[in-house]
Amino acid sequence: MKAAVVVFPGTNCEHDVAWALGIAGADAHLVWHRETDLSDFDGIVLPGGFAHGDYLRTGAIARFSPIMDEVKRRAEEGVPVLGICNGFQVLCEAHLLPGAFHQNRDLTFICRPIHLRVEDTDSILTRAAEVGQVLTIPLNSYEGNFTVHDPAAMRGRVLARYADATGSVDDESNPNGSVDNIAAISNPAGNVAGIMPHPERAVEEILGSVDGLVLMRSFVESMEPARV
Amino acid sequence: MSDPVDPDEEPVHRLLGLTDEEFETIGGILGRSPSDAELAMYSVMWSEHCSYKSSRPHLGRFPTQAPWVVVGPGENAGVVDLGDGWLAALRIESHNHPSFVEPYQGAATGVGGILRDVFTMGARPIALWNQIRFGSLDDAHNRYLFSGVVAGIAGYGNAVGVPTLGGEIAFEECYTGNPLVNVMCLGVLRREQLVLGTAGTEGSVAVLLGNATGRDGIGGASVLASASFDETSGTKRPSVQVGDPFEEKKLIEACLELYDKGLVVGVQDLGAAGLSCACSEPAARAGMGMDVDLDAVHTREPDMTAPELLMSESQERMMAFVAPDRLEAVLEVARRWEIDAAVVGTVTTGGTLTVRHNGEVVAELPADSLSEAAPVYKRPTGEPIWLAGLWNNTMDLLTPPSVDEALLRLLDDPSIADARWVYEQYDHMLFLNTVIEPGHDASLIRIKGTSKGLAVSTDGNGRHCYLDPRRGGARLVYEAGLNVALTGAEPMAVVDNLNFGNPEKPEVMWQFRETIEGISEACEVLSTPVIGGNVSFYNETDGNDIFPTPVIGLLGLADPMPAHPPRLDGARAGMELWMFGSQRSRNLAGSAFEKVIAGHVGGRPSAPDAVMARGVIEVAIHNARLGLAPAVHDISDGGAAVAIAEMCIRSGVGATVQFTDWVGLFAENPHRFIAAVPADVASDLETLAARWDVPVTRLGHFGGTEIRFENGGPESASVGLAEATERWREAIPRRLAGG
Repeated sequence: MKAAVVVFPGTNCEHDVAWALGIAGADAHLVWHRETDLSDFDGIVLPGGFAHGDYLRTGAIARFSPIMDEVKRRAEEGVPVLGICNGFQVLCEAHLLPGAFHQNRDLTFICRPIHLRVEDTDSILTRAAEVGQVLTIPLNSYEGNFTVHDPAAMRGRVLARYADATGSVDDESNPNGSVDNIAAISNPAGNVAGIMPHPERAVEEILGSVDGLVLMRSFVESMEPARV
Repeated sequence: MSDPVDPDEEPVHRLLGLTDEEFETIGGILGRSPSDAELAMYSVMWSEHCSYKSSRPHLGRFPTQAPWVVVGPGENAGVVDLGDGWLAALRIESHNHPSFVEPYQGAATGVGGILRDVFTMGARPIALWNQIRFGSLDDAHNRYLFSGVVAGIAGYGNAVGVPTLGGEIAFEECYTGNPLVNVMCLGVLRREQLVLGTAGTEGSVAVLLGNATGRDGIGGASVLASASFDETSGTKRPSVQVGDPFEEKKLIEACLELYDKGLVVGVQDLGAAGLSCACSEPAARAGMGMDVDLDAVHTREPDMTAPELLMSESQERMMAFVAPDRLEAVLEVARRWEIDAAVVGTVTTGGTLTVRHNGEVVAELPADSLSEAAPVYKRPTGEPIWLAGLWNNTMDLLTPPSVDEALLRLLDDPSIADARWVYEQYDHMLFLNTVIEPGHDASLIRIKGTSKGLAVSTDGNGRHCYLDPRRGGARLVYEAGLNVALTGAEPMAVVDNLNFGNPEKPEVMWQFRETIEGISEACEVLSTPVIGGNVSFYNETDGNDIFPTPVIGLLGLADPMPAHPPRLDGARAGMELWMFGSQRSRNLAGSAFEKVIAGHVGGRPSAPDAVMARGVIEVAIHNARLGLAPAVHDISDGGAAVAIAEMCIRSGVGATVQFTDWVGLFAENPHRFIAAVPADVASDLETLAARWDVPVTRLGHFGGTEIRFENGGPESASVGLAEATERWREAIPRRLAGG
């Protein structure tokens, strides 16, 4: 299984994502944003960071990077495409996923482990997880406050919400003000997913949590070898 | 030339911070009057910040040698050998004055600068720390400075993609007009990747990489960093640089690729003194000269003068020295990472630095005269006349305090309280190496693919050093050494940031010399050579000096790294509560208790004990390696009472502690730590302590929902865990919200 980890100038989680994909059983390759052919890869990850410095608006410039047309083409072919944090923001800007991001409610950067409640398992990100499962995964963002024009229309596409340790979803367990505590979503087909927290940061006991593994494994299990 | 700051009619050299004597010396070197461009170069290179002209006579005292030291002081960063072909690079720097004038950019560019110092050596920066000190948070301007500095560190560090693993925060009135912002960076590299700041041989070309040069930060080293502050300091804002972490991120990746491919012979970052430094120092180190063409420098704005180009401290720039046949390959790497590159000079024999602008020679001087001929001042030193009075001025409490109330007030002190408001704004997890995160005694970072862990602690204590700079300086080294030892690491090397007042005052130079003596003595005991440092003088406002505030950064190596290194938050109900170290600890001089409870700073802090220091460190290391006590915490600010309370709060469990009298609970005598001890390891731990002659005191046990202190008398007291937690967690957010 070959996964492409897309590197924009300013991306900084590419090595971490590649490391975690390796633990989850994939063969990860870093691919520079000027490449235009991803037909060799069985899955694509847009990692976190600050693509193009996040200048103008998060993901707004990355959307125009040469590789993005190819990411769209492969997504339409059904290939798993996952955006983590800044990668999620890029997927929204590229209209592969709905919604947009504000600055966090409290106007500070947030780096800490938070709890997620899995809401839907019909996706490349959550297929190995169980509905209602509570995961502890680090959040790391300043513009993580998800918003969408019509939250009700997101039914069935919300993969995970911010929750407390018992899985209860409310204002108190919402770290950044995201609408309906939304932390992860997918497209209707379920093959394009975005998640604001970082599952790749929770893949080894020595780092404090292995709860991200179920998500990384879901992605790897979703990849099918590219047909030659 | 036009002066960028002050339209006063003083001679140009004085406006640039040069004394009349220094101006004459320059004339002597050149055999004629200096040109404007030459004057600009000497003014920044001979500034206190760049030349260490007041500190150099004393810095030679530091022990700097050990078999594992690869690069000692004098290069961009110190480098030590971790074994198996791995090296670590460490460097600390201050950005005090820029951060006072413009907190966000001042702190941000401090981060940018320290990163460049480390990746200049060929290392990938893997972690950042910062040590920041402000006046009281009750003051609105201090709140503005504090939140601005934290936002600047977060904004730059997070975006550049290097984790910030915390550091230190402290609040003290003396920093009100002069906050301290120190930043430290650690990098790792393979031995073959090591690069030095040398210009190489004749014919090498100098390639300026990265940001375009603009008018920001002109004279930062001389006008800002090497002068005292008064009410006009706000007008110095144009001397503060502006940072671009995105440019720096690309520059890091491009430079690491250049090293990987072996394309450069030397590299120098452009920090303080900008091009003046990046041209002269590498040439001088190589015993060469250089021809520099300022017309080739890519600029951000037109019509910059030669002095402006030479003095600009525009950020995110590096100078690479390249053999001519490798030039095209270097430019190709720059294109790939989308950074600008310009060939601005050629290395020559003969040692002359020649600078051209608009086709004319604007400077022609011996390259080494900028660094090596810089003046050295043997400033007078004198023990402060007020010191004896200060030592005699011990705290006099009319009535003993109530232990519970004192503990709650200490937990509410922002210097002791929960710092998560700060470190949760920093990405401290990137790279998946963070084994012990911020909020513990030391950070612990693994090196993937090896058995090695690197532990780092940074420590400062202005009050102790004010009361006794020699004891204070030594104790910082021992404290940092104990902190890394608690994770299982052996102390290895030290960097220091020496933040002091005005060196023209004899008592400040005396504090400086005494501090260096103390640090040196402790470093000799622990075999931790000083591999680099930074001196920041003129930390005074309106004639009032800060407390002498050395900050120690200590690197330790754990190999193998323990599988389950002890943590602050690992105490569980039923574990015994032990204290390791001297049982006769009753010194409150300079303590948080005296400051917070009695509003007093006086007396003389206790002397460190080299034998005990070494013994306690050995016990801590072996405890971690043998996997005995799973939770440990050093005793520092607030004494044993606060150390125990912090373990309880972080572990979510209460404790019952036996004590004799309240002084022992709050004293800050060094070389002590608390441990949570499961019954099945008790005898092993006792044997271990006995082997190193370290006294053990069984103070009580963990359990319940209260922190109880019992001595069988009316001093017995109890604090609810929930209330203690609330006070400790909310101390900083509450004050910031109270604005």
